[in-house]
Amino acid sequence: MSFDLPLVFTALMGIAILAYVVLDGYDLGVGMLLPAADDQEQALMVASIGPFWDANETWLVLGIGLLLVAFPLAHGVILGALYLPVAAMLVGLMLRGAAFEFRLKALGWHRELWNWLFWFGSFLTSLAQGFMLGRTITGYQSGFAFWLFSLVVAGGLCGGYMLLGATWLILRTEGALQQKAIGWARWGLAWVALGVALVSLATPLASETVRLKWFDFPRTLGLMLLPLATVACGVWLWKSLGRSDWKPFAGTVAIFVLAFAGLAYSLFPYLVMDRMTLWQAAADPSALRFVLYGALVVLPFIAAYTVFSYRVFRGKARAGMYEH
Amino acid sequence: MDASDALQLARAQFGLNIGFHILFPSITIGLAWLLVYFRARYARTGDAAWLATYKRWTKVFALTFAMGVVTGIVMSFQFGTNWPGFMNNVGNIAGPLLAYEVLTAFFLEATFLGVMLFGMNRVPGWVHMTSSVLVAFGTTLSAFWILALNSWMQTPAGWAWTPEGKLIAGDWLEVIFNPSFPYRFVHMTLASGLTAAFVVAGLSAWRLLKAPADAAAARTLRTGIVIAALLAPLQIGVGDVHGHNTLEQQPAKLAAIEAIWHGGKGIPLELFAIPNPATQHNDWSISIPKGASLILRHDLDGGLEGLDAFGDDIPPVAPVFFAFRIMVGIGVAMLLLAWFGAWTTRRGRAAPRWLLWTFAGATFAGWGATLAGWIVTEMGRQPWLVSGLLRTEDAVGAISGAELGASLTGYVITYALMLLAYIVVLTHLAGSGDGGEK
Repeated sequence: MSFDLPLVFTALMGIAILAYVVLDGYDLGVGMLLPAADDQEQALMVASIGPFWDANETWLVLGIGLLLVAFPLAHGVILGALYLPVAAMLVGLMLRGAAFEFRLKALGWHRELWNWLFWFGSFLTSLAQGFMLGRTITGYQSGFAFWLFSLVVAGGLCGGYMLLGATWLILRTEGALQQKAIGWARWGLAWVALGVALVSLATPLASETVRLKWFDFPRTLGLMLLPLATVACGVWLWKSLGRSDWKPFAGTVAIFVLAFAGLAYSLFPYLVMDRMTLWQAAADPSALRFVLYGALVVLPFIAAYTVFSYRVFRGKARAGMYEH
Repeated sequence: MDASDALQLARAQFGLNIGFHILFPSITIGLAWLLVYFRARYARTGDAAWLATYKRWTKVFALTFAMGVVTGIVMSFQFGTNWPGFMNNVGNIAGPLLAYEVLTAFFLEATFLGVMLFGMNRVPGWVHMTSSVLVAFGTTLSAFWILALNSWMQTPAGWAWTPEGKLIAGDWLEVIFNPSFPYRFVHMTLASGLTAAFVVAGLSAWRLLKAPADAAAARTLRTGIVIAALLAPLQIGVGDVHGHNTLEQQPAKLAAIEAIWHGGKGIPLELFAIPNPATQHNDWSISIPKGASLILRHDLDGGLEGLDAFGDDIPPVAPVFFAFRIMVGIGVAMLLLAWFGAWTTRRGRAAPRWLLWTFAGATFAGWGATLAGWIVTEMGRQPWLVSGLLRTEDAVGAISGAELGASLTGYVITYALMLLAYIVVLTHLAGSGDGGEK
C-alpha cells in the first residue's frame, strides 16, 4: 500500500470528530437553550432534533472507535488523562438521552424534572467536551493556568454549541420561537467571538509548540487568512440574522470548520501534544487496511442515508409532529 | 490503595456498565423483529388494530433503544479508560471488529430508527416497512460484531505474531468465525427473542389486569406467549450444544460451572453445593452420581478434567457455579410458564387473572437469565481477558482509586435513576394502554 495509512486514519478521525461536533453540537445547544423557552416552545425545540440526535451521537462513537482502532497507544494515554471529564461527559450523555425519551412520556412535575435533566445533561456534556479539548491542546499538563485555560475553552465550546442550537432553531422553526432564537444567536455569537479570541490568544501562551507553528514569518501571513475568514463568517452571520433562515446556521458551521482547521493545524502531527505523533501511535497496517476497505465501502452508504433522513424530515418543526 | 484494589474497582465499574447495558439490547434485538412482524401484519391486512399495536410497541422499543445507545457509548469509552492494556495488546483484532460494528450497524439503526419513529406520514409505506426491517437488521448485525469479539476473547483463533512481536489477525474469517462464536451468537439472539417475548407478554398482561376488554393487549399477550413457548425449548437445546462447545474449548470454565475440583471418571452432577476453594471440595452437596459424565460425555464412566488440571489459572468457582444454576433455573421456569400459558390461552381462551399476574411478574425474567449467563461466560474466562493470550490483571490501567471511586459513584446514581425511570415509565405506558400520549 503506497499511501500513508496513519495519515489517512487521522483524516478520517478528524472528519468524524468534526461531523460529531457540528451535528451533536446543534442538538446539545438546543438542550442548553431549553430553560429560556416556555412549555410549548420547549416541545417544538425538542421536536426539531427528535429524528436526528441518535444518529448524531453515533459520530462520537465512530470518532472514539477510530482512535481506538487506528491509534491504540494514544487511546490509552488520552483516555487515561481525561478520565474524569470523560466520565462526566458520559453521565451527561446518558442523562440527556434518557431524558429525551422520558420527557415525552411524563406529565406534570415529572416532565419538569426530565426537562431539567435534559438541560443539565446537555450542559454537562458540552462543558466536559470543551474541558477535554482544552486539556488536549495543552498536552494534559498540570497547573492552575492550564486548568483555567481548559475552563475558558469549555465555556467557549458551550457558547459555540448554543450558537449552533440557536441557528438550527432559526432554520427549523418560525414565528415567535424563531424570533427568540435570533436573539439567542446574537448572544451566542458575541460569546463565541469572545471565546475564540481568548482561546486564540491564550493558546500560543499555553503551548510553545503552537506559538512556533503560528508565528513563523512569512508563513504567518498565509495563516492569518484563517482568523480573517473566521471574522468574515461572523460578520456575515450577524448581518444575516433576521434576514435569512439558513444563512445563520451555515455561517456557524463555517466558523466551526475554520476553528477546527486551526486546532488541527496547531496539534498536527501530535495526537498527544509534544509526546506522541500519529505515526508513533498507529496500529499495525494489516488492521488499518482491513478497516479502511470497510470504511470506503460503508461510508458512502452512511452519507447517502443520512442525506435521505434529512430530506425526509426537512421543513419547519410543528407541535406533535415528532411525538411517537 | 494497592494495585489489586484498583483492579477490583475497574472490574466492578466495567461489570456494572456492561451488566446495565446488556439489559436493553437483550430486549431490542428481539423486539425489533417483533415490530417488523406487527408492521407486516398491518401492511397485509390494513387493519388499524395492527397499526395501533405496532405504534404502542414502537414506544417501548424507542425507550429501550435510547437506553441501549447511551449506555453503549459508555462502553466504547471504558474499553480504553479501564482496560488500556486490552487495546495495546489485542487492539489489532478488537479494534477492527468494533469499527465494523459502528460502521455497518450503529449508523444504520440510528438513522432508520428516526424514519421508523417519526416518518410514517412522510414516506411511502414500503419505505417505512424497509426502515423497520433495517433497524431490526442493524440491531442483529450489531450483536454479530460484538459477539464475534467476545467469542474471540473466549476462544481466540486466526491470529498471528508479527516479527516485531505484535499480535495481528492472520485470517479474518477465522477471527470472526472462531470456535465458540456460532454457538454464542445463536444463544444470545435466542435469549433476546425470549426476553422480548416475556416483556411483550408481561406488559400485555399488566394492561389486561387494568383493562380486561383490551383486545389488542389480549392478542399481543398471546403473541408473546407463543413465541416464548417456541423459543424456550430451542434455547435449552442450543444451550446444551453451547455447553459441549465450552467443554471442548474452555474446559476450565466448564469445570467451574460444574464445580469439579478433581478430574476423573464417573463424575457426579452437583445439583446444589457450596464450592469451597479452601478445601477444594463441595460442602452441602446434593448430587446425582455419575450425572456430569452422563450429560457431558454421554457415558456413565466418561472422564472429565477437574479444576486441578489447570493449576492457579482457574476462575472463581462459586459465582460461576451459582450463576449457571440461576440461568438454567430461570430458563426452565420460563419454558414451563410459556407452555402452560400457551395451553391456557389456546384457541382464543382468556387468561385467568392469576396467570396475568404471573406473566406481569415475569416481565423481566429474561434479564435474570441473561445476566446470569453473562456472569458465567465472563467470570468463567478469568483469570484471562483473552484466553491464553492476555490476563485481566495485565490490561488494567493506571487510573487512581479515587478517580475510579468517584466515577463509579456517579455511574451508580445515574444507572439507578435510569433503571427506576425505565421500569416506572414502561409499566405506566403499558397500564394506560394508549402509550401515555397527551
